[in-house]
Amino acid sequence: MEREMMHRLLRDMMLSRVFEERAAEEYQKGNIVGFLHLYPGEEAVAAGVINAAGPADYIVSTYREHAHALVRGVPARAVMAELFGRATGMSGGMGGSMHMFDRERRFMGGYGIVGETFPIAIGIGYAISLRALPEAVICFFGDGAVNQGTFHESLNMASLWRLPVLFVCENNHYAIGTDIHRHSAVAEVYKRAAAYNIPAEKIDGMDVVKVFDATRHALDRVRRAGGPQLLELETYRYRGHSMADPGAYRPAVEVKAYQGIDPLTIGAREIEYRYPTAAELAEVGPDNIGRLTEHMISAGHLEEVEIAQLRKEVEAVVEDAVQFSLASAQPTMDDAWRHLNCNRRHEQLLPA
Amino acid sequence: MTQELLYWQALNRALDIEMAADESVFVLGEDVGLYGGSYRVTEGLYAKYGEARVRDTPISENSFTGLGVGAALVGMRPVVEIMTINFAMLALDSIVNGAAKIPFMSGGQFPMPLVIRVPGGVARQLAAQHAQRLESMFMNVPGLRVAVPSTPQDAYWQLRQAIASDEPVVLLEHEVLYFTKGPVDTMAEAPPMHQALVRRAGKDVTLIGYSRTALLAQEAAAELAKEGIEAEVIDLRSLNPIDWKTLSESVSKTHRALVIEEDCRHAGAGAEIAANLAERCFYSLDAPVQRVAGLDIPTPYNGALEAASIPRVVDIVATARTLLGPKEKAAA
Repeated sequence: MEREMMHRLLRDMMLSRVFEERAAEEYQKGNIVGFLHLYPGEEAVAAGVINAAGPADYIVSTYREHAHALVRGVPARAVMAELFGRATGMSGGMGGSMHMFDRERRFMGGYGIVGETFPIAIGIGYAISLRALPEAVICFFGDGAVNQGTFHESLNMASLWRLPVLFVCENNHYAIGTDIHRHSAVAEVYKRAAAYNIPAEKIDGMDVVKVFDATRHALDRVRRAGGPQLLELETYRYRGHSMADPGAYRPAVEVKAYQGIDPLTIGAREIEYRYPTAAELAEVGPDNIGRLTEHMISAGHLEEVEIAQLRKEVEAVVEDAVQFSLASAQPTMDDAWRHLNCNRRHEQLLPA
Repeated sequence: MTQELLYWQALNRALDIEMAADESVFVLGEDVGLYGGSYRVTEGLYAKYGEARVRDTPISENSFTGLGVGAALVGMRPVVEIMTINFAMLALDSIVNGAAKIPFMSGGQFPMPLVIRVPGGVARQLAAQHAQRLESMFMNVPGLRVAVPSTPQDAYWQLRQAIASDEPVVLLEHEVLYFTKGPVDTMAEAPPMHQALVRRAGKDVTLIGYSRTALLAQEAAAELAKEGIEAEVIDLRSLNPIDWKTLSESVSKTHRALVIEEDCRHAGAGAEIAANLAERCFYSLDAPVQRVAGLDIPTPYNGALEAASIPRVVDIVATARTLLGPKEKAAA
């Protein structure tokens, strides 16, 4: 892997971590309201997958999508301002945490209903296929989504019509509070793809380099073979399902073990506000961010001083995003009506 | 150029013209291709445009409707056929949470040029699971437009307008109407898609119908005319938005209104229309707006009971007489 790409992956992961921890703080302050599903622990998935995609590929995401948007290149200001519900947010303050869209970057939305993204992804894939373009769709979903009918319906159609869709399972082992062994008869998600003749593999989702490589190869196969692929990325969220969930259903030892393989790890540990503590890390070894920083340091791609610089840099970006959001205007009811009706353009629905 | 066409043929013609004109238009649904469509609406299109643009789908209503939503997001103009409205219940997530919400919650970034064609209504003894109307369910969803053509001409116009629109449109087609015949002028300029049309002018009472009940209202008006009652018949043509201007103008002339709906009475289209007319036209109304509606009962299989569960011409005539009161009848 190129040194430049490794730096980018690290920066994206650190930005995502710092952004989300700051979002949690702003939620506590009351600047962000509603449902807020945070990403810490899963950064290697967003960074590895989305950096492996091309600019013409489409991203269909879930309700845990802030980091996906950041990695895709949406300015932190626009992401944070959307969380704040401001007019400058990426969805004009109409969508919020779960509904972030960026047409220009082909970021096709965060969706709040588990499993509804599969049909949308195959629809985009169908359009690509009709137009015979060398593009692909990346469809993110969690392990909890695989028991929705749409998973099976959509994988069936994707395979039947050879649609260019890469299904990416962010398997964090929990459907909100229900462990995968308690919600799935077959707990290895990748095996389910076999029922629809879709090639699939399981990857360590805490290792960003492996995620990046696996995604790149899977996307190559999608483009070359013109059919869907599925990746199961095993990962872990350090926080509860949302800000309303303390995550008490999870054994402490499990949380700690995953903190030990944090995708950002050792060099980045100081940027974390809560997860994991330095003492915990020392006990169990490097986390996922730490794994990458360790690897980069040992390979001579990175120096400790650069990590400190990077940390400062992403903290400044997030601070700027918060200040920007605070200073941004609230959308008006006129804005809301305009967003609803703007696609009507000059169409006349009723007599003048 | 005016031709006599069956309702399904008019829809078929509209699809053919739009598909020929724009490669981004494609059709999908159960048995729309090789089989030719359950009500023949897509007949011949598979041979002409190929399987990619006339796509037979598995029985997966939510996902193939959602496929339409996804394709519309990137500029295609899908026309999804859901075999009957009863199966649309399985696709509500894609319609209500997807098509109706994405344009808005993306801050207007994404148009939604999606058409969902749904046959429905009470046909002939298909029993409770295949004889629903469910119009009010879609009317209650902001962001969705709902058109209800009653004639082959309207079916032709409104399907073409729906395909041309960048907003999601649900086209409710009545199963009993597919084999009704009427003139279709393919060259005439269409009225705005959601405009209500006065089908028969009158001064005594306004009969408001849509889809099949617009035809029943016209039959009832002919009956009433024999008694000297001049009923004005308005075909709504659309349930969202509703053309309140045309309705108000008529009511301010007749001072009485009767809504005829095949859907269940409780919380149906008629309730919305009665409430709105009360708000808008209170001082020109001589009597409360009345409804002749489907009974609040699942449709019975038995033919006689089925017929009794939905509005009949005699019901409309009787209610109109009551609404007019004994004095008007005597004067007539």
